[in-house]
Amino acid sequence: MSLELATRDGARIAEDLGRSPLALRGLTVSYGGEAAVFSTDMTVAPGAMTAIIGPNGAGKSTLLKAALGIVPSLAGQVTFWGQPLQTARARIAYVPQRASVDWDFPTQVLDVVIMGLYRELGIFRRLRARHIARAMDCLDRVGMRDFAERQIGQLSGGQQQRVFLARALAQEADLYLLDEPFAGVDAATEAAIIAVLKDLRDAGRTVVAVHHDLSTVETYFDRVFLLNRRPVAEGTVAAAFTQDTLQAAYGGRLNEGALVGTA
Amino acid sequence: MGSEFVALSLPPLLIGTLAAMACALPGNFLLLRRQALIGDAISHVVLPGIVVAFLVTGTIATLPMLAGAACAALLAVAMIEAIRRLGRIEAGAAMGVTFTTLFAAGVLLLERSDTSSVHLDVEHALYGNLESLIWLDATGWASLTDPAALAALPPELIRIAAVFAVVAIAIAAFWRPLKLATFDEGFAQSLGLPTAAIGLGIVTLAALAAVAAFDAVGSIIVIAMFICPPAGARLMTNRLERQIAWSLLFAALSAIAGYVIAGYGPIWAGFSASVSAAGMIATISGLILAWAALAAPHRRA
Repeated sequence: MSLELATRDGARIAEDLGRSPLALRGLTVSYGGEAAVFSTDMTVAPGAMTAIIGPNGAGKSTLLKAALGIVPSLAGQVTFWGQPLQTARARIAYVPQRASVDWDFPTQVLDVVIMGLYRELGIFRRLRARHIARAMDCLDRVGMRDFAERQIGQLSGGQQQRVFLARALAQEADLYLLDEPFAGVDAATEAAIIAVLKDLRDAGRTVVAVHHDLSTVETYFDRVFLLNRRPVAEGTVAAAFTQDTLQAAYGGRLNEGALVGTA
Repeated sequence: MGSEFVALSLPPLLIGTLAAMACALPGNFLLLRRQALIGDAISHVVLPGIVVAFLVTGTIATLPMLAGAACAALLAVAMIEAIRRLGRIEAGAAMGVTFTTLFAAGVLLLERSDTSSVHLDVEHALYGNLESLIWLDATGWASLTDPAALAALPPELIRIAAVFAVVAIAIAAFWRPLKLATFDEGFAQSLGLPTAAIGLGIVTLAALAAVAAFDAVGSIIVIAMFICPPAGARLMTNRLERQIAWSLLFAALSAIAGYVIAGYGPIWAGFSASVSAAGMIATISGLILAWAALAAPHRRA
């Protein structure tokens, strides 16, 4: 592990940039004059599950949004496999926070999943039986096949989150960026989502999730990125998720109880 | 009955119906984007815009009217931002103040300027002139196939029909990105969709419908049709495609029932004169919304 850390932080950075599904260099984002994310470097390891953790207001969601160009960044460089966003878009799936949309919107579960096929369908191409079959297959993987015809407002929070994940699966991406996928979901949904994400990783895909539950970091993720407006630590869970790095990221706000089970 | 109906009632019925549907279409998206107030705003801002356009150009042709309305809309956006920033006033209040002030300025401007040569006055601005949009050359249903008679159709009818077609085609053509960006803007942006342009596009379609409809039916109908039919339609179904269909049906129903009741209702009730068709159409649309709120299948609990 330490060997990996040493190479990652050392001479192979240029090489890493080309391999890394998402690399940030000096990313700075500001909201109304105040820096939300300041001069942040991050190098996501391919084929791994990475948790972005940090206290409330640390800029975790902002980091993802800035990487995807959803919020403008003041400075810095973002590359996906060494390439700019425009070139890499088709290989990226983004799952926004569940609360960011209006679930009263008049549409059905299957329609939402089909939105994940937009890059294939474009504006004019006809929706065919094979597209619908693929969307149903994605619903199957998150255990939501029976809900295809439901209006999205009739779903529980956990079911809504699964539908969002199914939409991302429909994108058949190489990099999955998820913003708080476990926020406000039931235990069964959490287990279903983590199983799907681990399957993706085992298939060689890269998963990055903004995460807030420190007690599950070790069981769910391979790597962590600790952020508190500035980068605090990055590496394998064993190396970077320690009492010291957490103290540095959370400061006095760290609840000791949240760390039960951590070395 | 045929010849009188075709000459006197058919054109205003068609114009009212098309105007109502042209406004209801983009209204669906404004409502879902929680921008219903923008429809209200546009319809108010149109008045000073077209009055100034008339004072500058001396005509009430469509293009200068549209340009005037667009300039007024830009001015309104700048004013709202200025009020928000300088006065530290909440966005909704800043909008409300801006639009009513601009509308009032438009009324004053209208009163003080010589518009006697054209059909432009305060009452017209509010109620339109639906009842006067008649087809003098029509002699009966046969006129609908007579090129000479068709050439004398009220120009408002041609204009609103064209605008309705443009709005409908634009929404149908861009249906997928429009729906996607309206439901989940962040996800749409991650796909590379130009969400700001899509939002601007919907507001532009709404402005186009408002300007064309304003000319024929006045601001009351425009304001009502942006909101009432889509809001009622949302309560009828949980699918956007069907919501759009319901909103068109409600808009058409309001226009036809409103026009007929305004023309004949008071006479049936024993009064001597008819009432404003525009006012009645807007009222009917409100009644349909009230009915939907009480009895529609997909009311929220």
